[in-house]
Amino acid sequence: MLLEVRDLHVEFTTRDGVAKAVNGVDYSVDAGETLAVLGESGSGKSVTAQAVMGILDMPPGRIAGGEILFKGKDLLTMREEERRRIRGAEMAMIFQDALSSLNPVLSVGAQLGEMYEVHRGLSRKVARAKAVELMDRVKIPAARQRVGDYPHQFSGGMRQRIMIAMALALEPSLIIADEPTTALDVTVQAQVMDLLAELQRELNMGLILITHDLGVVADVADKIAVMYAGRIVESAPVHEIYAAPAHPYTRGLLDSIPRLDQKGQELYAIKGLPPNLLHIPPGCAFNPRCPMAQPVCRTDVPPLYEVTESPVPRTTACHFWKECLHA
Amino acid sequence: MPEPILEVKELVKHYPLTQGILFKRQIGAVRAVDGVSFGLHQGETLGIVGESGCGKSTVAKMLVNLERPTSGTISYKGEDITRLPARALKAVRRNIQMVFQDPYTSLNPRMTVGDIIGEPYEIHPEVAPKGDRRRKVQELLDVVGLNPEYINRYPHQFSGGQRQRIGIARGLALRPEVIVADEPVSALDVSVQAQVVNLLERLQDEFSLSYVFIAHDLSIVRHISDRVGVMYLGRIVETGTDTEIYEHPTHPYTQALLSAVPVPDPRARAIRERIILSGDVPSPANPPSGCRFRTRCWKAQERCAVEVPPLAVPQWFPSGPRAHPSACHFAAEKRVVPVTAPPPSPPPAAPPPAAPPTGLPGEERPPGDR
Amino acid sequence: MPERDEPAYDPLQPGEGEAIAPTGQGGPMDLALDEAESLEKVLGDEPTGPAEKARSLWSDAWHQLRRNPVFIVSSLLILFLVLIAIWPQLIASGDPLHCDLSKSQQGSAPGHPFGYDTQGCDVYTRTVYGARASITVGVCATLGAALLGSALGGLAGFFGHWGDALLSRIADIFFGIPVVLGGLVFLSVVTSTTVWPVVGFIVLLGWPQLARIARGSVITAKQNDYVQAARALGAGNTRLLLRHVAPNAVAPVIVVATIALGTYIALEATLSFLGVGLRPPTVSWGIDISNAASQIRNAPHMLLYPAGALSLTVLAFIMLGDAVRDALDPKLR
Repeated sequence: MLLEVRDLHVEFTTRDGVAKAVNGVDYSVDAGETLAVLGESGSGKSVTAQAVMGILDMPPGRIAGGEILFKGKDLLTMREEERRRIRGAEMAMIFQDALSSLNPVLSVGAQLGEMYEVHRGLSRKVARAKAVELMDRVKIPAARQRVGDYPHQFSGGMRQRIMIAMALALEPSLIIADEPTTALDVTVQAQVMDLLAELQRELNMGLILITHDLGVVADVADKIAVMYAGRIVESAPVHEIYAAPAHPYTRGLLDSIPRLDQKGQELYAIKGLPPNLLHIPPGCAFNPRCPMAQPVCRTDVPPLYEVTESPVPRTTACHFWKECLHA
Repeated sequence: MPEPILEVKELVKHYPLTQGILFKRQIGAVRAVDGVSFGLHQGETLGIVGESGCGKSTVAKMLVNLERPTSGTISYKGEDITRLPARALKAVRRNIQMVFQDPYTSLNPRMTVGDIIGEPYEIHPEVAPKGDRRRKVQELLDVVGLNPEYINRYPHQFSGGQRQRIGIARGLALRPEVIVADEPVSALDVSVQAQVVNLLERLQDEFSLSYVFIAHDLSIVRHISDRVGVMYLGRIVETGTDTEIYEHPTHPYTQALLSAVPVPDPRARAIRERIILSGDVPSPANPPSGCRFRTRCWKAQERCAVEVPPLAVPQWFPSGPRAHPSACHFAAEKRVVPVTAPPPSPPPAAPPPAAPPTGLPGEERPPGDR
Repeated sequence: MPERDEPAYDPLQPGEGEAIAPTGQGGPMDLALDEAESLEKVLGDEPTGPAEKARSLWSDAWHQLRRNPVFIVSSLLILFLVLIAIWPQLIASGDPLHCDLSKSQQGSAPGHPFGYDTQGCDVYTRTVYGARASITVGVCATLGAALLGSALGGLAGFFGHWGDALLSRIADIFFGIPVVLGGLVFLSVVTSTTVWPVVGFIVLLGWPQLARIARGSVITAKQNDYVQAARALGAGNTRLLLRHVAPNAVAPVIVVATIALGTYIALEATLSFLGVGLRPPTVSWGIDISNAASQIRNAPHMLLYPAGALSLTVLAFIMLGDAVRDALDPKLR
């Protein structure tokens, strides 16, 4: 297994108390595999990724428990120096907002080349040539002419390609993409997702795709982990989860989005709001919004039930998953 | 057909590009909106879709008189409202209201919810006598599904979805006939979007409102709209009923746009054809000649560079769902939305006879195309 | 029946009805209340009861300020300074203009803890009375500069066009005047012994800074959607400016004005030190520092006390400005 997150807990200290952003997350991704982490804002999906990358702001953040195994070694117990070597070279991250993730006063060529200068010790000239190669690889037209341009001279889609090029520079084995296309228009989103999938296949990388878009997930993911209030409430191969969700939250999400291919009647709406992380409801965190909630849901935290075992295990954190599955 | 309640004709908005500090001279113009026409009927929802920079938000602003059009007319019940004197304009404004995109910036943080929803009555005191206003505000809160007791709270005490409800309540206060909604749910979480979409639909029935619904999310537009207009670089390139646009698109841009939308069903992967457009949207300051989509279009020919295609029903489609206005010299139907109707709900509309039952049919060529 | 939303930050914890005392913390005031409501909602009931608790951004800022030790220290200090500026007799029984040359430059004595200056006047009394001039100049100059600056800057920012361009150029001209040189030139022709020429001069030089801040923050505020929303409702410019733009633009002006108050007090002392600010018989720290400066080797106490009082006052206002900024800056929220 390329990456394995086990029982990860992350907390944030705020003015009003301790916010439990991640409460026992387990997931794994293998080489060449795409894991989609699906969740709404505040579900902990980005925080988990930041913890894996080691870019969590600490304080106020704090990893309260768990382990993150990358190629079998625990990143959390590793020395900072060793971890820094892994970051960028072995695992890389793509952010939502490419404009603010790129340095506005450096040309994109210089920023891409820097990766080689710092990690590989190449000379500036060779690094610059490598940068052009990378820009070609992510299909930026006229790469040789544009290598000296600055980030603001590129369109949103092109900037996101530069971000991808930067992430790919050292051919990492794991890429974490945090809402990589949320800020882009649909036609550009299609271009970028296409490119990402193609490069992933070529380099046999593991990809963790963090998103709130059920459409994007259905398009590219192999397996999916649905997060709610800092927990993974359901994880399954992508085809199974769309065919028959085993958690009422997943079911609610799938029912609540309007469809392109049909007019549809009134949308199903999940009632209420996502919980405040300072005051996660006792029992199952979803119980106040759940149409199937029973008294036991308000008292007992549901364990991870195994729905099917092979080939990819499917789990759900609902006391009544059988009823949900067959509803 | 009765006269539309709102009719837009050849609407144009150019923003001048200027140079110089004290003595500014114009060096060009951003053609944000460049000749848009449509009608909106009583009780109808017109969806306008397009990517960022296509001019859809500028259209919205002109409809509610936040921007003055460079040329063209907007007629409300037959009267042009773009050149009205201040007093008459204020009266018209009562009837056309707007719901904004961002629930975090569209409510004044220094005002209570009661003040925000009650402000329309202060501006238009003739609508509600003073003693009546508090009750009216509480009624509105109730209508949009918020606790009327929240009247003295401040916006930052509410979540995004709740704030959007407050914005909707403000838009409803003057009992308008038309509501222009500019991306009203795109800033909200998925699970909250459905709540707000349902609310908008319920209010439409309850108050017989007419909506202009502007969004980039094609799925939501289909869900809520009776008719849809697709915009590209300041123009409407195709317009028709939701079935006509989504199931029988004839403009290549519409087809590319629809094919790019991710469908939340992994089964669609196998049977879908994606049209990946090359390049970016050209700058509206310097749009391509002729057909504006030609620089990214796989069908473009010489004719497209010289001749602007009119938004009209192509003559080679005499009738049927393909016969709707499409601004393309080579308009041809191409189905790009896969039919993967989930088992629980039966497909709402019977599929049109010409279309194959599932998957992707081939492209039908218009007679003019070689 | 429409489905109701729940409050934004519902804890959703059945609290068994125990009341959480609202102990001056930012949040709990409302939390206790929401808890009771949400319990009902979980049980499927309609929310009832008096759910009326307003918490504006101002009161939020006040809550935060009250817990900031910097604010407490600086505001207590300022309160004290203002009190003695109004009633110096409260802590000083002597007459600052009563001097006895025979005691020139003597050190501290019983009843005269700070000793005497060259003229034989009591340094303690003069230091206490000096607060009045400094506080008067500081407060009046700040009020004047803030009102003039925010009115001009706010209007320029709101209406834009040529008025804005004109104002910005005028402000640039005033920015270009070197403060001390300007003071020496303008104030040396004045013969009045009141504080008003100095106040006027500081306002004249100070308003462009506040105008610039006000202009910028008005431009930011007027771009907000709620201003557009009010415009779409048919609101006129007066309403837009007074109800929507000004309340949301005023915070940065307040912050900068508070910090400016401290620097204006220092500026007054500088001008008085140079002999062009306040004139005797007005009692001022600047004048006393000027008199003491030449005697620093013989009688350092003459310099120490007025200079210390000046530094403390300036520091208090700057600290207050910092605390206010922390409370009003939305980025830290």
